[in-house]
Amino acid sequence: MALRLAGKRGLNHFTKTLILNTTFRSYRSSTTISDSHQSKRGNDYSLFSTNGFVSRRFESTEAGSQLDVLSSDDDEEQNQLGVNFPGGRVAFTSEMTFLPESNEKRVQCYRVIDDDGYPLPSTQFHHVNKELAVKMYSGMVTLQTMDTVLYEAQRQGRISFYVTSNGEEAINLASAAALSSNDLILPQYREPGVLLWRGFTLQEFVNQCFGNKNDYGKGRQMPIHYGSQKHNYFTVSSPIATQLPQAVGAAYSLKMDKKDACVVTYFGDGSTSEGDFHASLNFAAVMEAPVVFLCRNNGWAISTPITEQFRSDGVVVKGQAYGIRSIRVDGNDALASYNAVRVAREMAINEQRPILIEALTYRVGHHSTSDDSTKYRPVDEIEHWKAARNPVSIFRKWVQRKGWWSDNEESEFRSNIRKQVIHAIQVAEKTEKPSLGYMFSDVYEEVPSNLIEQERSVRETIKRHPQDFPKDVPL
Amino acid sequence: MATNLKKLGSILTKQASLVRRLSSSPSLASDGANGKSINLYTAINQALQIALDSDPRSYVFGEDVGFGGVFRCTTGLADQFGKHRVFNTPLCEQGIVGFGIGLAAMGNRAIAEIQFADYIFPAFDQIVNEAAKFRYRSGNEFNCGGLTVRAPYGAVGHGGHYHSQSPEAFFCHVPGIKVVIPRSPKEAKGLLLASIRDPNPVVFFEPKWLYRLAVEEVPEGDYTLPLSQAEVIREGSDITLVGWGAQLAVMEQACIDAEKEGISCELIDLRTLIPWDKETVEASVRKTGRLLISHEAPVTGGFGAEISASIVERCFLRLEAPVARVCGLDTPFPLVFEPFYMPTKNKILDAIKDTVNF
Ligand SMILES: Cc1ncc(C[n+]2csc(CCOP(=O)(O)OP(=O)(O)O)c2C)c(N)n1
Ligand SMILES: [Mg+2]
Repeated sequence: MALRLAGKRGLNHFTKTLILNTTFRSYRSSTTISDSHQSKRGNDYSLFSTNGFVSRRFESTEAGSQLDVLSSDDDEEQNQLGVNFPGGRVAFTSEMTFLPESNEKRVQCYRVIDDDGYPLPSTQFHHVNKELAVKMYSGMVTLQTMDTVLYEAQRQGRISFYVTSNGEEAINLASAAALSSNDLILPQYREPGVLLWRGFTLQEFVNQCFGNKNDYGKGRQMPIHYGSQKHNYFTVSSPIATQLPQAVGAAYSLKMDKKDACVVTYFGDGSTSEGDFHASLNFAAVMEAPVVFLCRNNGWAISTPITEQFRSDGVVVKGQAYGIRSIRVDGNDALASYNAVRVAREMAINEQRPILIEALTYRVGHHSTSDDSTKYRPVDEIEHWKAARNPVSIFRKWVQRKGWWSDNEESEFRSNIRKQVIHAIQVAEKTEKPSLGYMFSDVYEEVPSNLIEQERSVRETIKRHPQDFPKDVPL
Repeated sequence: MATNLKKLGSILTKQASLVRRLSSSPSLASDGANGKSINLYTAINQALQIALDSDPRSYVFGEDVGFGGVFRCTTGLADQFGKHRVFNTPLCEQGIVGFGIGLAAMGNRAIAEIQFADYIFPAFDQIVNEAAKFRYRSGNEFNCGGLTVRAPYGAVGHGGHYHSQSPEAFFCHVPGIKVVIPRSPKEAKGLLLASIRDPNPVVFFEPKWLYRLAVEEVPEGDYTLPLSQAEVIREGSDITLVGWGAQLAVMEQACIDAEKEGISCELIDLRTLIPWDKETVEASVRKTGRLLISHEAPVTGGFGAEISASIVERCFLRLEAPVARVCGLDTPFPLVFEPFYMPTKNKILDAIKDTVNF
């Protein structure tokens, strides 16, 4: 591990590097982390070097008088020690250096298998055994199949809306596999794979999309707004990024209760533009909350490409500004994603601190059933990610090469899941909607008098005009 | 056009031909020329095109606006006026409105789009504490009158909690901004151009259910319709109905049905919610002696409450029945229960009869 003490960088960086070294060494026994994710950053940019200018100028200022107190006979030494500002000692430099807008080299992306499913040379990663690997892989296939069938169902008008996770199956399932079921999930909306991993059944997914009486959300929200208390999965909310500061509050609760668990909150690249994202990172750092921020950087927020979303080197670099340890991982590499999330979780819990993960991936499908993404992005781009960088086929190659999965199993499994989803749709379609009373419950813990009155009035209207109301909602 | 009318009629009220009835009286169109039949989003698009074309210091921006916006309202504008005047913003509503205020404060027309009215709340602080008070707090040293915030609002049949809300009342509680809601394509174009050119910040809610459904002849040229001026869109003598936006189509159907039973209804489109045209409503209620207000937003604290209170203050002795409100219920907007939640034609019709027979 490179331990570099750059003079210009000063003490602050030095201590940080030391801390990082210690931390990572402690994980080495069980897990080997590639050094690459914290390799040397680019050169410092010295935009203006005017030796001697800065220190002389400070002498006549307030800061200058503080320097005198240090009673150092050497300017250089004095600058090295710096001044104890609120927030800690800051060293001085006579070089006027602006931090660059970005590092010369982009932050590297942690991966352990290549696009053909071969382990990269000299990679070591936490061993994933057959059972785990097959479960991860079959979960990815299940998600893919469920998406295909439900997308079709929407096109046929059987459900009103749908969102697929195409292209993001690996980060969905692998991140879920790396967590304990006690870890709390605060999702955005493109992470149903996490719920699937935790045992939410196909029937449960489909019930929600149909908004029938078995939907835990009681038919109140649009399709794909899943949530399940028993799976520690908070209910999806459409407004972007709102889950992020909430995740910090939930994590603070785990901290105070001394739980062996963390919160994992998912979000997209688009979400990072919202104020809530920035509030949440800052809160998490200050509150030392055990929360893993998992950004699925899939390149697009509806029609907006990341180049119009931010000008930083992606999302990973934003963590450091808030004092949060961060890693960039290949979200289409299931093994790398699994490893990164696993270690992030351990650090979050053992050290009671937030971690930011940027998973680089690609939204292969349209944003939702409401758009046609070929209207705003090149078909070639989509095809490339669908074919060459398909996370399901990449992982399949690795699993099959291990001898843990076969072509036969593949086709059998796929057609089996397809049948199950279709069956679930048939069942969900026949299931009646939640009854009318559920429109008025849960607004508050108890039903207030205005709602009692409004329910009475609605029921009178139904009696007078039964033809105005859907027949599939029991009264 | 016939197909569109039928579709709108059947979806909104199960009856046809209401869009024609709801259209602006031709005299309101300043150029008088008959235009093409276009839908509401195309009318918005035309207004934006004219705004950009007629003032080089005007800008159109918001999430996904560059490729035409999720409702196609900005289609073609980036191609025509360039990416510096019509552009995508990062996904941040407080950023969009704050940016718009700054742009407007420098003497530009900042036309900001919030993708859904349901997502305007992150920008609430910028609108309420900044845009609305910019002029007043500086003693008119500064103003952001060039700001217009557009947002699609209201039910669409399958929007659930976060693609259905009608948040107009929140903004009607804020002195310093204007709130405008059009009911049809021709109205939308004229009112949007007026809002953009009005020297005050305006929040402009567009009835998204009507984007495609409502079709009418819209003058092709540049014209504006007056703000803070309500319009009597149907004259009657027994009861006054007041509404705005998409709800007027439903109210119109109730008026037609009431007529069949011998009740003559006067229907008023408020058009601008603040500052609102009390005089037109008052004059009507003085004539009919009865008032019914209808909106999709929850009844409690809705703008109907303000209208009701004001008219009771002014017309107490003339009123022959309590003011009726037929509105959304006091629940979050529910997906499956939407038909029960909505202020339907028959709910309005029943309330008309109850009020007239009080
Ligand atoms: C506050 C808010 N503004 C706008 C929207 C509309 N909207 C829904 S998804 C989306 C893009 C989100 O992109 P990203 O975070 O990258 O997630 P992805 O869809 O790529 O998974 C937008 C703008 C919203 N849901 N909430
Ligand atoms: Mg995205």
